[in-house]
Amino acid sequence: MKIKKILFVAFVLFPALTFSQSFFKNSEIHGSFQFDGQYYIADSAIGTPKVPEKTGINAYGNIIYTNNNFSAGIRFETFLPALQGFDRRMNGTGIPYRYASYKIKNLDVTLGNFYEQFGNGLIFRAYEDWNLGYDNSLDGLKVRYSIGKGIFLKGVIGKQRKYWDKSPGIVRGFDAEFCINDIFEKLSEKKTKVIVGGSFVSKFQADDPTFKYKLPENVAAFAGRLNISRGGFGLNSEYAYKINDPAKYNKYANNTECSYIYRPGQALYINTSYSRKGFSVQLAAKRIDNMSFKSDRNVNDNVLDINFLPPLTRQHTYNLSAMYPYATQPNGEFGFEGQIIYRIKKGTKLGGKYGTDITINYSQINDIKRDQINDTTSVGAEGTFGYNSPFFAIGKEMFFRDFNIEISRKFTKKFKMMLSYVYISYNHEVIGGEQTKDSKKMVNAHIGIADMTYKISDVHALRLELQALTSFEDEGSWVMGLLEYTIAPKWFFSIGDQYNYKTETYDKSLHYYIVNIGYIHDATRISLTYGRQRSGVVCTGGVCRAVPASNGISLSITSSF
Amino acid sequence: MLIVKYLIPFYMKNLACIVLFLFCVNIIVGQNTEKKLPRLPSVNVKTTDNKTFNTSQISNNGKPVIVSFWALWCKPCMKELTAISEVYEDWQTETGVKLIAVSIDDSRSSSNVLPTVNGKGWTFDVLLDPNGDFKRAMNVNMIPHTFIINGNGEIVWQHTSFSEGSELKLIELIRKLNKGEDISGL
Repeated sequence: MKIKKILFVAFVLFPALTFSQSFFKNSEIHGSFQFDGQYYIADSAIGTPKVPEKTGINAYGNIIYTNNNFSAGIRFETFLPALQGFDRRMNGTGIPYRYASYKIKNLDVTLGNFYEQFGNGLIFRAYEDWNLGYDNSLDGLKVRYSIGKGIFLKGVIGKQRKYWDKSPGIVRGFDAEFCINDIFEKLSEKKTKVIVGGSFVSKFQADDPTFKYKLPENVAAFAGRLNISRGGFGLNSEYAYKINDPAKYNKYANNTECSYIYRPGQALYINTSYSRKGFSVQLAAKRIDNMSFKSDRNVNDNVLDINFLPPLTRQHTYNLSAMYPYATQPNGEFGFEGQIIYRIKKGTKLGGKYGTDITINYSQINDIKRDQINDTTSVGAEGTFGYNSPFFAIGKEMFFRDFNIEISRKFTKKFKMMLSYVYISYNHEVIGGEQTKDSKKMVNAHIGIADMTYKISDVHALRLELQALTSFEDEGSWVMGLLEYTIAPKWFFSIGDQYNYKTETYDKSLHYYIVNIGYIHDATRISLTYGRQRSGVVCTGGVCRAVPASNGISLSITSSF
Repeated sequence: MLIVKYLIPFYMKNLACIVLFLFCVNIIVGQNTEKKLPRLPSVNVKTTDNKTFNTSQISNNGKPVIVSFWALWCKPCMKELTAISEVYEDWQTETGVKLIAVSIDDSRSSSNVLPTVNGKGWTFDVLLDPNGDFKRAMNVNMIPHTFIINGNGEIVWQHTSFSEGSELKLIELIRKLNKGEDISGL
């Protein structure tokens, strides 16, 4: 049977081989590779978990082959075992991703694993994020077709990846986007640009006839979006509706037991902005109600999401301001965000020689309001409609509040500085899933950051980062210092310490020291780190991964060709 | 019809093997063909007013293009773009180079890209790649990742990460490229 297979493949590809010179004339092979490994040292002072293997390795290699309109790709992945903080179901080695695609004029077909997003992702987004250990690629068929210059159609069908397995459900969807100005010749010169789009996604999962409730096998979701831009004004809005989707994952903030409710889901997302050179203002609002949408109704954790609900808070990039990050609450949240960016012109008294940038940002997320559906049924009772929620009512429980201001200025050719103040109120019980270390619900923290860079010469630079966080809750207060020396473009070194100086719950205050050295040559980067890592949360796009405390040596290598 | 009935399931079951086989043949056969420079892949991305734009249309009238992948949450990326923005006008006058900054911000912050670029007074072109299609096609792992495209649309140089002063090497390479030198090994 095996010989038959080999002969069959050779037969199919024989014409290609005979015309090999011209067939392979335009073929290219490119790829990339990343290795993240860590050697763990036990450190009871910071509470490191036991790691029997003593090491963790997350690695992948990607190869992409292209030949004119044809392309194919493969990704090998290895987790032997996965680094601490990544789901243990990731452990293993193999090829979880492979595809082949072909373009014929306006038609683009992909068979195998693929990623795709409809609109903002409110009802469909298949994507990957290596640092988060997230990959919900669809294995099946993707077709894209464009009509003229302004109509874009997409169709997808497949099964979602679940680590080394597949989801039991089938996901299929369709999206259409219309660029009005490109469709109608008369409107192409108009200053106002309008884009309208609509999508439909449906998942199928067989019902279990012995289960206590009758479950819908096909669950559909619809979304419509409108984008308008004119001069400096922009509007990005999308509304999504999901029919009844009783599942284990219907839980919400104050009711993690809630499941199998028959309430439909809704999401509304509006983002408006005005900007011109040197000034921009942005206002966004979001309401989400029962929009967790997974391809397996029996799953309750961070896996198999069909959609992506973008959070409305600023993503912080410094250790202490990112200590309490917001995670989207897919089954109920009501939020606002406002931001102003202003550049004080260079050469003015206030702006200094080179100008000064100011960013002010505020966001607040609350729960939605939930009312009983009748006198005898409690809110979120299993097997019922669940609850009523007036659309414009904001729930009493606050999940998150963030006020931050950032000022950066280049003082001289050699010296520049960024100063930032952040105030965060974080509902540890809802977002973190448990109370704080000192048994409270909310954490309120004031954070101050100073980031200074001094250029010793054209390519030698020294950077000092100083951060402080004060809080009377959870782990108390912290200070952090980091000194980084870089020799552009090849070398970087840094040394730092994060110190937990005010704790009422720990016997001794803790130092989290770190030393790092790295080398870059074109598209290859090697980085070696030794030190302690605090237990915490790593978040990207509102999706979070908990990281346990660790102490050890880590090596990271990345390269592309 | 028979071919379709057997070919498609066979193809799906052995897709991984077929792709590997193609790579092997390509390497064997490709040995004696001349070294070709890779071209930009053809991927659909978005402009800052959400219109679909194909990356094969990236051009600069025969002059070089710098393509830099960045995101609002990436500190070194913001440093790189700030450093370039301070000298961009001079670079353009001297070499005619064009910078296209491709943001991989997803829908959480992609609406924030244009207001931030305008607010900081950056004048280069910006494209949005919210689901990472262009990033994956260009084999970008960590950002910032910067590419230099020559006047013929060929990728001649690439580099990951940014440190203060790296932009000086970038303009040096553009100057050499304009003189007709080969910068692929530098």
